[in-house]
Amino acid sequence: MSSGNSTATILTVRGLSAKIAGQQVVEDVSFDVPSTGVTALLGRNGVGKTSTIKGILGLIERRGEVTFFGDGASGNAAGVRLDRQRTHRIVQRGIGYVPEDREVFSKLTVAENLRLAERDANPRRDFVAELFPDLVARPGQLAGTLSGGQQQMLSLARALINTNKLLLVDEPTKGLAPIIVGEVADALAEAAKTVPVLLVEQNLQVVRRLAAGAIVIEGGRVVHTGDANELLEDDDMTRRFLGVHAEAGGQKSADSGATTS
Amino acid sequence: MSTVILLLITGLGLGALYFLIASGLSLIYGLMGVLNFAHGSFLTLGAYIGWEVARVLGADNWAVFIASVLVGAAVGAAFAAATEFFLIRKLYERHIEQVLVTVGLALASVALFDGIWGTDPIYVTGPSWLGGTTEILGASIPNNRFILILASVLVLLGIVAFLKYTRYGLIIRAGVENRSMVTALGIDVRRAFTVVFAIGGAAAGVGGVLASSYYGYVSSGIGGSLLIFAFIVTVIGGLGSLSGAAIAAALVAVLQQFANFYLGGTGDFVVVLLLAVVLLVRPSGLLGSKA
Repeated sequence: MSSGNSTATILTVRGLSAKIAGQQVVEDVSFDVPSTGVTALLGRNGVGKTSTIKGILGLIERRGEVTFFGDGASGNAAGVRLDRQRTHRIVQRGIGYVPEDREVFSKLTVAENLRLAERDANPRRDFVAELFPDLVARPGQLAGTLSGGQQQMLSLARALINTNKLLLVDEPTKGLAPIIVGEVADALAEAAKTVPVLLVEQNLQVVRRLAAGAIVIEGGRVVHTGDANELLEDDDMTRRFLGVHAEAGGQKSADSGATTS
Repeated sequence: MSTVILLLITGLGLGALYFLIASGLSLIYGLMGVLNFAHGSFLTLGAYIGWEVARVLGADNWAVFIASVLVGAAVGAAFAAATEFFLIRKLYERHIEQVLVTVGLALASVALFDGIWGTDPIYVTGPSWLGGTTEILGASIPNNRFILILASVLVLLGIVAFLKYTRYGLIIRAGVENRSMVTALGIDVRRAFTVVFAIGGAAAGVGGVLASSYYGYVSSGIGGSLLIFAFIVTVIGGLGSLSGAAIAAALVAVLQQFANFYLGGTGDFVVVLLLAVVLLVRPSGLLGSKA
């Protein structure tokens, strides 16, 4: 895989800081998201990955420059500043969001969750139905009664039903059974063929399979950017940045590693 | 037996009145986290305007009565939507200031109503049937109780249908559960705030016209006194739960009526006792999702 340094950029983040309830959770984060492929946002628990994503979307109080280059109307040259805009406007520019812990509306049905998420005049219902046949089979079921894996599928489907220019995906495999992790990764791989993805992910096998670039955050700052596989091959960096031992990061089982069956 | 029937149906009529206020309070709190102390003013304005309609059209017939209910609803909705738009919206997420501004509006609007319509109660009349009674199993039930129950059932069904079958209803239901995720789907949830205020204001406006029929008069304090019980109903039912508000409204009012009759006028006390028990045993209310 290429390092991705030469490709165009869809999003630049400069000096982003963010607070939750007055507490500084992101200090000074700067990075670029390339306009193709999956870029992994890595780091130990509690370093500010989720807060960075939420800061980009304006879901928490933030400062700094976030510039989006995916808006066709204004051209790619200048970009659009997102850091002063409200969340729904940012999303309407074509930024899909799959939150940590799924956040499906538990008292709404599967169909209602999807209908609520439709922003485009021509939502991609067929695409979603093809990716997640399990969801289409149960439109009337309350989302709260779905299994964790199904809820994650629904959360992904809510983002993928629209044509996005960038996807922000936060820990999509958290707490899922290994077989479901593989399915989620498959869906993300399919989505990533047409849209760049910024992915927060703890499962390094999924990162290895999907991600080209990697950005590592520690203590609310970016401490490393580069090729994802190079990072994961390096025992020392993996242990230092991600706090995991070689067996989690070092397996050479290549791209199919995410599925254990 | 006839006493029990009388207390039961009268209680349900009063409960219907509570529900017409509590439904809006509950929806507004559920979606926006706003405790709207000005909600009683929506009701009072509806009552005055309903009376004005009846006065201007000058006839105590059903067409005028229905017109005054509809105008009361429209005025309540407009007042509530304006309140949200001009006062609440600027204080988004600032809950203490929201409480202060709604309390202030409640006080100011009562003074305004006194200024416009005077401090004496205005006695209202309606279609003659409303002032009569109907015999049910030996009990003479005041007819306006039936209209109250009918109206609140219609309002409940209307709100449920709105929530279930419209796009805004979908946004409101989702927003009650997780507001920030709704915005993260690219939806401007603030528009839904105005809609919810308007719905709550319309229900309160209907309640105002019917309350004046129930009590036989309109006064500037009519909304405020009902608001206290509506808040109790909302808390017992579970903040944010419409069906909880409906069940709690009936429960509270019937209990109040029975306690007033059988326990020497202790209805208000028993209701507050019930509130305390619910808060201790089940702080999220009967149908509330979380505390």
